[in-house]
Amino acid sequence: MSTQELVIPVAREIHTEPRRSDKVFRGVVTGGGLSSLAILGLIAIFLAYRGYEVLRQEGIGFITHSDWAISTDDAGNVIESHFGLAAMLVGTILCSFIAVVIAVPISVFSALFLNFYAPSWLKKFLITIIDMMAAFPSILFGIWGFLVLMPSVEYWAKLLHRYLGFIPIFDMQVPVFTRSPFVAGVVLAIMIIPIITSVSREIFSQAPLDRIQAAYALGATRWAMIKAVVIPHGRSGVIGGAMLGLGRAMGETVAVFTVLNIVFQVNWQMLLGAGGNVASLIILKFGDASPYEIKALMAAGLILFLLTLIVNAMANLIVKTTGKSGR
Amino acid sequence: MTMTPAPTKPWAASPKDRMIDGAIFSSALLSSYLTVLATPMKGKLAYFACFFIAYAILTTAFKGVQRGNAAAKDALVNSLVAIGAIVTVIPAASILATVLKKGLPGISFGLFTHDMALATPTDPLSNGGLLHAITGTLTLMALSLVMSVPIGILTALYLTEIKGRFTGPIRFLVQAMSGVPSIVAGLFILSAILYPITKAYSGFMGALALSILMIPTIARTSEEVLNLIPNDLREAGTALGGTQWRTVAMIVLPAAKSGLVTAVILGVARIAGETAPILLLTGGGDKVNPNAFNGPMGSLPYYIWKSFNAGSPEAITRAWAGLLVLVGLVLFLFTSARFLGSRKVSK
Amino acid sequence: MTTSHESENQEMQTSVKPSSLADVANAKTPKVPGTAALGTGLETRGVHAWFGKHHALSNVSLDFAAGTVTALIGPSGCGKSTFIRTINRMHEFIPGAAMAGEVLLDGKDVYAPGTDVTKIRLQIGMVFQKPNPFPSMTIGENVLSGLKLAQLKVDNKDDLLEECLERAGLWSEVKDRLGAHGGSLSGGQQQRLCIARALAVRPQVLLMDEPCSALDPGSTLRIEDTIRHLSDTMTIIIVTHNMQQAARVSDYTAFFLSDGGPGQMIEVAPTSEIFSRPQDSRTESYVTGRFG
Repeated sequence: MSTQELVIPVAREIHTEPRRSDKVFRGVVTGGGLSSLAILGLIAIFLAYRGYEVLRQEGIGFITHSDWAISTDDAGNVIESHFGLAAMLVGTILCSFIAVVIAVPISVFSALFLNFYAPSWLKKFLITIIDMMAAFPSILFGIWGFLVLMPSVEYWAKLLHRYLGFIPIFDMQVPVFTRSPFVAGVVLAIMIIPIITSVSREIFSQAPLDRIQAAYALGATRWAMIKAVVIPHGRSGVIGGAMLGLGRAMGETVAVFTVLNIVFQVNWQMLLGAGGNVASLIILKFGDASPYEIKALMAAGLILFLLTLIVNAMANLIVKTTGKSGR
Repeated sequence: MTMTPAPTKPWAASPKDRMIDGAIFSSALLSSYLTVLATPMKGKLAYFACFFIAYAILTTAFKGVQRGNAAAKDALVNSLVAIGAIVTVIPAASILATVLKKGLPGISFGLFTHDMALATPTDPLSNGGLLHAITGTLTLMALSLVMSVPIGILTALYLTEIKGRFTGPIRFLVQAMSGVPSIVAGLFILSAILYPITKAYSGFMGALALSILMIPTIARTSEEVLNLIPNDLREAGTALGGTQWRTVAMIVLPAAKSGLVTAVILGVARIAGETAPILLLTGGGDKVNPNAFNGPMGSLPYYIWKSFNAGSPEAITRAWAGLLVLVGLVLFLFTSARFLGSRKVSK
Repeated sequence: MTTSHESENQEMQTSVKPSSLADVANAKTPKVPGTAALGTGLETRGVHAWFGKHHALSNVSLDFAAGTVTALIGPSGCGKSTFIRTINRMHEFIPGAAMAGEVLLDGKDVYAPGTDVTKIRLQIGMVFQKPNPFPSMTIGENVLSGLKLAQLKVDNKDDLLEECLERAGLWSEVKDRLGAHGGSLSGGQQQRLCIARALAVRPQVLLMDEPCSALDPGSTLRIEDTIRHLSDTMTIIIVTHNMQQAARVSDYTAFFLSDGGPGQMIEVAPTSEIFSRPQDSRTESYVTGRFG
């Protein structure tokens, strides 16, 4: 055996020189592909540039204080200004968490129903309805929520307050139930249920058939099969869908503005009719804002942008990491 | 040949099973009625809630006695998932019913032939219409299409055909972009273009913001569609001596055509009712403005918003009528996307 | 209606196959110890199967004596897999599926109204073509997954785990890494893990749907070994495309064929006879390799 003398040849380099048409094609497509990078970068840069002055003046107070006031003299010069987003940030988080807490179980159940329980005609019908809901404009949810949903949600909020009032978040001093974060949360939940349902349904339907059959062949009931095969397979997808819904709920403007009573005061009591949301603050103040206040609104937009970006990035990360162990 | 017996489905519910189901169903109805009578709870929702709770308890108990623990859990989950599905679709039904009920009284022929140039939101319904809003929305849609379709499809092509160094980051960024709140897109155009350059509201500004919202929808749906094109087709194209450009242009894109159209329509449906950036950027004029680059431009969402906030009964009716038209438009887009999408599958 | 069909089926059956399979088995296979303790076996009576309008399987009446291995052979699309799926009621998962006839386990019809289908599948286990361990579970959890799925209680799980892996011929290879994930095993090991998983709920009958078709020759031989050992304690029905495999592992062989219409059972006999003296000319041409 002369293995020592065996010379392993250097791998030949295979090189293709693309034709010019292909070079152009690849260039154009790559440019198009990079546009998302450019747009996101520009959004951050421009909002930061416009909001910089206010951010520097307010410092960390911009996210820890909760007063929003500006006074100008007759010539339009700013005399005094205080911009703090704390109440709005708390409101954004509160409303969107309420929405996710309500929406996730409902969405998971309906996704399971669609995939494993519904006869095919019903499944088709329901999927159409749910996809259609996802396409409804948010102003529709807002106005419907204000005029139709609010009365009955208020009624249930009163029940919650009466029987579960000992839990701090259901407690309140002043019995004002109208236009509360809870109502906004319910409207947002209805808006994000279609999103979370579609994502969950998609991921559940990819649960491998051979394992489903294996579970059934071992004498599993439908639920036992779902618990053993579908949930482990789909867990990460559901979390990803929930985070997508959270991001959508955080950035929602018109529906929240229509329903919520915006008050510049930190309020964690979800049933009390006072709250806020960064996006609806922008709409509220934009109409008659002075140039300096516009800068504050840009800074608020930047904070909102970063917040949703982080939530989205986390959604992606969770899906990626849990996706591996689940497979 | 011997006679073939008739096909049967012994696993289907027997008449006896159906009877038991019926009995459980009606006792749940009865107990929900009695509970609502006996307690201070009231309203349709209370009936629903009590009925479902009673039904879930009864089926679970029955299956538990009949088949044991595992079957009881199964029955409980059975009722839970059904509740989930019903709760999911009830809002859709309620929204559609409300829009129809409140919107139809405001719909008239004049609505589609007049604008609001000479009418205020509080005028009686016979004055004015939403012609300006419809033309505005259509203009906005067309403009944003022109800008977002090339970028969206190029992005999808990059992700599926080039698969270069940036594939991971770009997929991530497109995902992130789809999460950009619409108001942020509006603020961006405001800060980057409207304030420093044009210094005036116009339809074009709105269309720019809407494109930002539309690109990720188009890119992601198109990516899915392009990924469905089997790789054999691409390899066949390359093996025949085609360049990548020709393979994509003559084989991949035509094969994915109807799917791509669906992606584009879904993108349009996504932005048709977008309100927040429109409020910031278009200025919302009350008369028909055919020039998207000059002067304020009305649109359906702006019209609805303005009427709703005006608050008078006439204005609210106008808002509902506008909503009905907007929902009709969105549903039309949605249905055509579905139709094209399903036709592709059946081929 | 039903009664007339039944009598007709019985006539059909006697004309095609004069001696009952169980009689032959008792006469021919004294190798099975404690047959009576394993129950009276499995019988099918005039089983038909449909997928929507498509009539996939026609009038199969077969007896599977307790403690025997029966191989089902025949070309693709002749209804073998459909047939074994009617036995443990997996057939009904396909939308539009329908069936006729009876499947009797210890004399009781598994399709009788009011039967708990999950109990049937506990008694009639199944191993699939492709190994399909649950990836989110460890090797040990996979073996015991059937107990969890059906919510059965066992006193000593460790003993059961060892016993099942031992019977599936996998214990010595995995005993030191029971906590590893099922996906870390080779294909052949995964398939034996699936066999161990099926054994843990103690089925009377084990259905195997081409269990070796996705495996290499070495793994195939080990699984065949396992099958021979298992047949001491249970009834096994194996679908296979591989005639050597049928000859190696089975006591009886049934030949299925579709002549364009629904699949039919052409002939059943002790395996040695099917391969040496087939009664039907179509069986002969198939086993001698003239088609299929």
